Amino acid sequence: MIEALPLSEMPASAEALRPAVRAFLDEALRGRPMDRLARSWMGFDADFSRAMARQGWVGLTLPTQYGGGGKDAFHRFVLAEELLARGAPVSAHWIADRQSGPLILKYGSDAQKDFFLPKICAADIFFCIGMSEPQSGSDLAGLRTRATRRADGWVLQGQKLWTTNAHKAHYMIALVRTSGTPEDRHKGLSQVIVDLSLPGISVRTIGDLSGDAHFNEVFFDEVQLAADAVVGVEGEGWAQVAAELAYERSGPERIYGSLVLFDAWLDHLRTLPVPPEADLALAGRLFAQLLPLREMSLALSAKLARGDSPVIEAALVKDLGTEFEQAIPNLLADALGADPTLERPQMLLRTLAYVLQICPSFSLRGGTREILRGVIARGLGLR
Amino acid sequence: MDALFADSLGRLLGAHCNPAVVREAERTQRADALWAEIEASGFLDALVDESAGGAGLGQRGAFDLWLLCGRHAVPLPLAPTMWLRAHLAQVGVAAPPGALTLAPQAQVAADGSIRCQGVPFAAVADWVLVPLRPLALLLPLAAAERHRSGVHGSLQAHLAWAARPAGTIEVPGETAWLQAGAMLTAVSMAGAMERVLESTLGYANDRAQFGKPIGRFQAVQQQLAVMAEEVFAARMAGELSCVDAGILVHRLRAAVAKARAGEAAQKVVAIAHAVHGAIGVTADFDLQLFTRRLQEWRGDYGSAAFWHPRIGAELLAAPQRATLPFLLQQRASASS
Repeated sequence: MIEALPLSEMPASAEALRPAVRAFLDEALRGRPMDRLARSWMGFDADFSRAMARQGWVGLTLPTQYGGGGKDAFHRFVLAEELLARGAPVSAHWIADRQSGPLILKYGSDAQKDFFLPKICAADIFFCIGMSEPQSGSDLAGLRTRATRRADGWVLQGQKLWTTNAHKAHYMIALVRTSGTPEDRHKGLSQVIVDLSLPGISVRTIGDLSGDAHFNEVFFDEVQLAADAVVGVEGEGWAQVAAELAYERSGPERIYGSLVLFDAWLDHLRTLPVPPEADLALAGRLFAQLLPLREMSLALSAKLARGDSPVIEAALVKDLGTEFEQAIPNLLADALGADPTLERPQMLLRTLAYVLQICPSFSLRGGTREILRGVIARGLGLR
Repeated sequence: MDALFADSLGRLLGAHCNPAVVREAERTQRADALWAEIEASGFLDALVDESAGGAGLGQRGAFDLWLLCGRHAVPLPLAPTMWLRAHLAQVGVAAPPGALTLAPQAQVAADGSIRCQGVPFAAVADWVLVPLRPLALLLPLAAAERHRSGVHGSLQAHLAWAARPAGTIEVPGETAWLQAGAMLTAVSMAGAMERVLESTLGYANDRAQFGKPIGRFQAVQQQLAVMAEEVFAARMAGELSCVDAGILVHRLRAAVAKARAGEAAQKVVAIAHAVHGAIGVTADFDLQLFTRRLQEWRGDYGSAAFWHPRIGAELLAAPQRATLPFLLQQRASASS
């Protein structure tokens, strides 16, 4: 049985970061249309990421010797929630900042740390994560992309699918098979760092239902990797990925994904002479979900700050968080259509439509709802 | 230190407040032996300042004790008595002996008669705090006309006094009484939901059908995962309502706690009964002691439907005009 998440206090030192972030965002986000802001951590803007890096806010938790901020998970929580609540376009550096950087720091060689971490912190290089394949989505252990050892390194052969930002990232950290067969499941998998500019790699972008394109198919045809391409221990890729997913699932991005829309709707209600009682109730209901949810997410950060890897708790908070993120557009869609005689702001409707279209993906990426609930069930002592 | 209090109360309730005791209290509408144990333990003054002879435990420490009240389905207003005695000590009023409960509302008629409908624990309390303005009153139940609610097993009652009875105690001090009741009930609900989750997990692992424990079926697992999420969220919302120093009640966080507990309870009760099947709705099986309470408590001191629009109105009126800054301001705890 997993323990209840204990209430955690945000340290004053982390809280102190907040005013500077707000001031920066007031400037950097000025004039950006709401329906673009609603893309938030799916919005890719390399210039924005570099401007953040100049503030020292990319790689905030990485050690200062690599150009990082040397701060703990609480600082990252403050930074992340301010960025996400405002809809800052953080997608370019987000994966490297959240996952790839910490992964390389934890498992990488000194040479890998020296090479990659300073560039990540400067937002000079961006990362994507190669996990899913055509025949392995949720059943990730069945993946078939293979790195075969040769005298002078590795040869990579295979295909990744649904790789966010592969068309814009410089590197991919891919989970691939380095020994055995797909029947060996979790054994024989390794994580390799792939320079996406290498010969033999082709990337095909896949458009999404909202008109954006962030997914990709990535093909590896006899791609020559250097001998030191493996990050961490060869054959230990599965355990490393599990630890990495705790980073991916535990952040506040699983809470604030629809907050730009929620705030825009509240602003619309503020313009009405008398907001309908049903809308007040809906606003209150959603806030009553958000307040404890944010605190649960903070409790996860406290665990990360202590060096724990709260895999099960992260799954629990992520599932609850994506429910909340999906409830916002679905309930607001109904609320905004409650009186067809009323004129409604076009920008609000456009923002709503975008979030409504894309929100099914919230409970797919980083582990589907059904998989996460299985993880939670195991943590509860079932099976 | 706070953990010692919780361990000690947990042991006391484990020994003296088992399901048989709860059933007997519901049947007889009395729990004198249990009350005597609790009174002798000193827990009633856990929140009273040390200078006034109490243990000086803040609400933050009391949170664990109030969880236990729900976890053990204590058939007495233990949490309200603890909180009210601390309030009385703070405003310099000597607390009368006996169990104190809190009326959600009161009507005073032109002839001076007082009526309180649906008062939680009124069947087993000795005094009820009636939230009148400018002064709240502590009225003796011995002098009240007490009508049972007619709900099976309920300890609620409707109360009426023809006039202000002899022995009435005036209680100064501006306090959000309804929110206090909401906070205490929300935390008890979280405790009861934790118990329901644990027993449902145990049942799912024990009960076999189709040749394996039902907890191995994905359909059941998915439901239990949702149940755990709701319990964790309700507990966190409850704890958030108790972070202020002393016995300060934070109006918005208390409202959130009660609203969130109510939403959670709806799902938790439904899933618990679904997983248990027919045995879960029998009188002899303990699950109903907790699920009946959760359903009743959902409505006490305002249901989610009462609190949601009030929370929404505050959010809309927030000078920050954005949800996160408003949330952070509400989260900041007041310290004395």
